[in-house]
Amino acid sequence: MTAYFRPTSLDEALAIRAGREVEIIAGGTDVYPNKATRAGWGRMAHKDVLDITAIPGLDRIEEADARWRIGCLVTWTKLIRSSLPALFDGLKAAGREIGGQQIQNRATLVGNLCTASPAGDGIPNLIALDAEVEIASLRGTRVEPVEAFLDGYRHTSCAADEIVTGLCIPKREAEARGAFLKLGARRYLVISIVMVAGVVEIDSAEAIAHARVAAGACSPVAMRLRALEARLMGAPLGAVPALIRPEDFAELSPLDDVRASAAYRLAAAEALMRDLLAGFADWRERRAA
Amino acid sequence: MTVHEPPPAAATIALALIVNGEPRSVQAGPFETLADVLRDRLGLTGTKIGCNAGDCGACTVLVDGAQVCACLVAAAQAHGADVHTVEGPGPDGITERLRRAFLVHGAAQCGICTPGMLMAATDLLARDMAPTRAAIEDALGGVLCRCTGYVKIVEAVMSVSPLPDVRGAGGEGARSPQKAPRSRPAPAGTGVPSPLPLSHPGEGSVGARLPRLDGWAKVAGTDKFGADEAPADSLWLRVVRSPHARAAFVLGDLEAFRASWPGLEAIVTAADVPGENSFGIFPNTKDQPVFALVEVRFRGEAVLGLVGTREAIERIEEADVPITWTPLRPLAGIEAALADRALAIHAGRPDNVLTRGQLRCGDNPAKAPAQAAATVEGQFRTRFVEHAYIEPEAGYAVPIDDDRIEVFACTQAPYMDRDDTARVLGISPGKVRIRPSACGGGFGGKLDLSVQPLLAVAAWKAKRPVRMVYSRIESMASSTKRHPAQIRARASADAKGRLLAFESAADFNTGAYASWGPTVANRVPVHASGPYRVPNVENRTRAIYTNDTPAGAFRGFGVPQAAIAHECLMDDLAEKLGIDRWAIRRLNALGKGDRTPSGQLLAASAGLPDCLDALKADWDAALARVAAHNAAAPRRRRGVGIACMWYGCGNTALPNPSAMRMALSRDGTLTFFNGAVDIGQGSTTVLTQIAADALGVPPDAFRLVIGDTALTEDAGKTSASRQTFVSGKAAMLAGRDLRRKILALGNVGESATIILDGAVLVIREGEVRRRIELASLATDADGLVLEGQGAYDPPTTALDADGQGVPYATYGFAAQMAEVEVDTVLGTTKVMRIVAAHDVGRAINPTLVEGQIHGGIAQGLGLALMEEFVPGRTENLHDYLIPTVGDMPEVAVKLIEDPEPEGPFGAKGVGEPALIATAPAILSAIRHATGVTMREVPVLPHRLWEALRAREGSR
Ligand SMILES: Cc1cc2nc3c(=O)[nH]c(=O)nc-3n(C[C@@H](O)[C@@H](O)[C@H](O)COP(=O)(O)OP(=O)(O)OC[C@H]3O[C@@H](n4cnc5c(N)ncnc54)[C@H](O)[C@@H]3O)c2cc1C
Ligand code: FES
Ligand code: FES
Repeated sequence: MTAYFRPTSLDEALAIRAGREVEIIAGGTDVYPNKATRAGWGRMAHKDVLDITAIPGLDRIEEADARWRIGCLVTWTKLIRSSLPALFDGLKAAGREIGGQQIQNRATLVGNLCTASPAGDGIPNLIALDAEVEIASLRGTRVEPVEAFLDGYRHTSCAADEIVTGLCIPKREAEARGAFLKLGARRYLVISIVMVAGVVEIDSAEAIAHARVAAGACSPVAMRLRALEARLMGAPLGAVPALIRPEDFAELSPLDDVRASAAYRLAAAEALMRDLLAGFADWRERRAA
Repeated sequence: MTVHEPPPAAATIALALIVNGEPRSVQAGPFETLADVLRDRLGLTGTKIGCNAGDCGACTVLVDGAQVCACLVAAAQAHGADVHTVEGPGPDGITERLRRAFLVHGAAQCGICTPGMLMAATDLLARDMAPTRAAIEDALGGVLCRCTGYVKIVEAVMSVSPLPDVRGAGGEGARSPQKAPRSRPAPAGTGVPSPLPLSHPGEGSVGARLPRLDGWAKVAGTDKFGADEAPADSLWLRVVRSPHARAAFVLGDLEAFRASWPGLEAIVTAADVPGENSFGIFPNTKDQPVFALVEVRFRGEAVLGLVGTREAIERIEEADVPITWTPLRPLAGIEAALADRALAIHAGRPDNVLTRGQLRCGDNPAKAPAQAAATVEGQFRTRFVEHAYIEPEAGYAVPIDDDRIEVFACTQAPYMDRDDTARVLGISPGKVRIRPSACGGGFGGKLDLSVQPLLAVAAWKAKRPVRMVYSRIESMASSTKRHPAQIRARASADAKGRLLAFESAADFNTGAYASWGPTVANRVPVHASGPYRVPNVENRTRAIYTNDTPAGAFRGFGVPQAAIAHECLMDDLAEKLGIDRWAIRRLNALGKGDRTPSGQLLAASAGLPDCLDALKADWDAALARVAAHNAAAPRRRRGVGIACMWYGCGNTALPNPSAMRMALSRDGTLTFFNGAVDIGQGSTTVLTQIAADALGVPPDAFRLVIGDTALTEDAGKTSASRQTFVSGKAAMLAGRDLRRKILALGNVGESATIILDGAVLVIREGEVRRRIELASLATDADGLVLEGQGAYDPPTTALDADGQGVPYATYGFAAQMAEVEVDTVLGTTKVMRIVAAHDVGRAINPTLVEGQIHGGIAQGLGLALMEEFVPGRTENLHDYLIPTVGDMPEVAVKLIEDPEPEGPFGAKGVGEPALIATAPAILSAIRHATGVTMREVPVLPHRLWEALRAREGSR
């Protein structure tokens, strides 16, 4: 029989986590579907469950001097409706494309990260945002960059006694903007065939001061495209789409599956990235107009 | 031996929540879902479960003012929450207003998605009373509907006006939802008062946009689907199914296993089947076991059943059940099954060919006629397609007096269920009663037995009521699919474009069991050359056994697959001959006075030329629009395509009878006994409209008794677009029969009017006015004083060895055009607009007819662009994609009414015709946009991208 814990403080939750093997549940939008998938073929047992949703204070979006902090119970809807700056536009766009509104109303960003699906729409954005993951346990609190936190296919560094308490996103000196594009075989409720995310900082000369771009669903863990990032540095905004080269995507290792072929994924990643960068250029023009 | 302890009683918690404004407290398991709490613990079965995984949205409710999937919310998380379900009026009465709008607009067909849709729309309107269309799509995007194509749902939501209309349908009820609505009551038998007028006094009801007679229960959440009721003392059945596509197995010590699990009352296997352990559609194809005996032939085949308390059966790990598997190499796909020395999947079919079908007329088309100016050919391929009805199979069985059984379940074919269930139990059909539940979508998939024999065998052994609900995965893994087809076809035409010859050979993967494979093999040869005049035709088909999921009936019985081939060839010919695609179809279209390839003379109701003419202006405009758009050679190129179809209504060259009955009792109750199951398409309403006009009373004069094998006559199955045509005719005859008897009683002529005034019949003809006290008439044992009967079997003949004869009494015809935009870089296709012209004979209820066409278009779009069932890979609704509200194009429907003299008031069927032309029209449009001809569906983005790239390479 599955035991169910619903503590009302983080300390209590950490003690439970330290004391036994439990699966954390937040929005439940991955936990329940996984349960249904297992039960579909007769695997009925479920780990004990630690429900963290009664812990106060974890559902906040907070601004500090150098960073924003997104608590682990912040849902996609809460993020979408927040007044975060354009830096977060990509993350918000991902939120709007996650499932339908029923899902967005329950699902948390941190749950999306912890599931660590190669097709998790939040993940390339968090990579592009240079987010850090804040992780607590009775042993103390640690902070780790998102790229390190995601340490394998559907795997994270979150230990059995740890709970992710939030995400920290550094503020940018220059004007910054995020963007996200997703490709799926239908509108709404669709797992990405490919998606790309990017954050660019723009200097006063209308050139890229800094860029982080990533692609998802093309490798076991969403990946930064560092060669492209390097080439974008200093480039005038209007010129960026032309800077893409096929070899920028060489490190991706997409799979053939029921949704698409590997070759297609690679080509689509490149095409989407070109569109994403073109979007940055347009945005600049629209602002100027 | 270990005995597994039952779960401790303290495993539940006390939940307090507010449901529809009322505080409720209930004990529940903390990890149980809110959906289960609402349905099982609070009896609020209006919230539906279609997948238990967030994928379908049927369970959508509001929690603290936001729409959520109740199947993803832990009971513990709902503690203290403010919950709104479909049963309530919604915040500010919004749900109540939407309910009425859904009813008026025909937004609920089968009704299984309706509660979810209503709640999602409530969430939107509570935040924004004047939403844009985009906002509506965003709000409804998480709820799947398989019936309506979302068109009327969006219309209904848009119609709920920003300001409460205190006089209109929305106002009053919205304020005081508990109060019975004002207007006249619905016919008894539908159970709930309807808030809407059900007839238009002074007019005939045929042709009227009557709201569904069974609609109120659907929008109120009170309709009972297969999972929504069962006797309180029911045990639960869980079926263990093969995880292997082909395997031998041995069962271990089941009794010891049973004894080790408290609450596990029985295990049922093949050994417990009292009669024949087999079922199937035709007397000579009953090849599917209820429970496999020693080997399984597909992944998902039933092996044994666990019968016990729900807690007990849901705790058992399948790996612990003593079954020893020996997996064997499966024959996956047609090539494997036809390969040299391939093992026979069924004894008696050494070549794995289940059936062959053929049609031949004129000269051998292989010798292309001398005057042929163009000959074109192609190979086509389609995949398994899942019905994806939102209601998984469910029901219960109750054994009665040791020798009878009653089954309540979702079905399209109660009489066939009755006969096969009786056969499985080894009792006479009269001892089986099938009570169809409301059917949450069928589309052909609920024509086969599913839960019925499993429940019957389990209840027979347990001697108790037994219920079961398929999980989504179980439903998708075990139920039938659309046949994958491999088609080779060739056509030739003269220089003017007149078809001279058509030839095709089609192989259909029928999976592990026969199901409706023979029907597909027999129907396709008749239709495969398309709705055109062709003098020389040879069409051959085979249904092939494989170790894949059984393929059966799915909206069109193979004709949608064949249409993809013949319509592509029409485009090929047009291109080769330099003729407009519309024009070549118009030139060849079958019309009145033409003969079909089976030699049948179309004496009436052959409205394809009219359908095409109705599209002409749109066609020309779209061609111009698209050309203008593409002039700058943009990345997103547009295209317009066109396709025609035809479809014979009813069984192919087989008897296809239906019988209807209506009766007047001494107290003045007029009852319509209608054995046709309404699976959402609207037969309950349509047949009543027909019956009403035939008798000469308003439709709300009837009490309705629908589809119950103990109470109604055999109306045959709800399939093959036959209920309006065949059962509708029987209903018309029954109405006329009763009318004749009443008029005879009054000794008046045909033009007399009949008014039922309580227990008095008032008959008027001119100045003559007669009152007949019903109580004064002779009464039969059931208290009936007058009865009208109607039976109809459409006139068809058997087909000879060359497929010549009259396979159907009438055909539905249609032409559709599609406008698409293709992203040539990504290979994605967005369907922007579809115009559909359908010859329906007579639209008995235009709202319902449009609803069928919208839904068919959505399914055709899915077939064309996204749907592909891969056994073991896409057996859930997040890997198997069906269109959402955001995928639907703008749709315009043009109804052509070329009356069918055989049909009731001129009507014929539309259920399947709705879907058939859509996919080929989309393929035609993609080709127009890109120059690439896709001969394989679904056109997933990567497939189109590969084709585009291949063309670039070849340039
Ligand atoms: C119908 C449907 C459509 C979807 N569509 C999309 C989509 O388009 N794109 C997409 O990216 N995703 C999609 N998802 C998945 C998405 O909803 C989830 O990834 C979601 O964001 C997870 O959040 P949650 O709060 O629901 O997580 P839960 O299900 O509660 O948890 C998810 C996992 O994270 C762990 N976890 C949660 N919180 C913590 C924590 N604080 N510390 C440590 N571990 C934790 C849990 O143990 C579990 O393993 C979809 C899901 C559904 C059901
Ligand atoms: S989404 Fe909950 S049942 Fe399908
Ligand atoms: S009416 Fe929507 S699924 Fe049937």
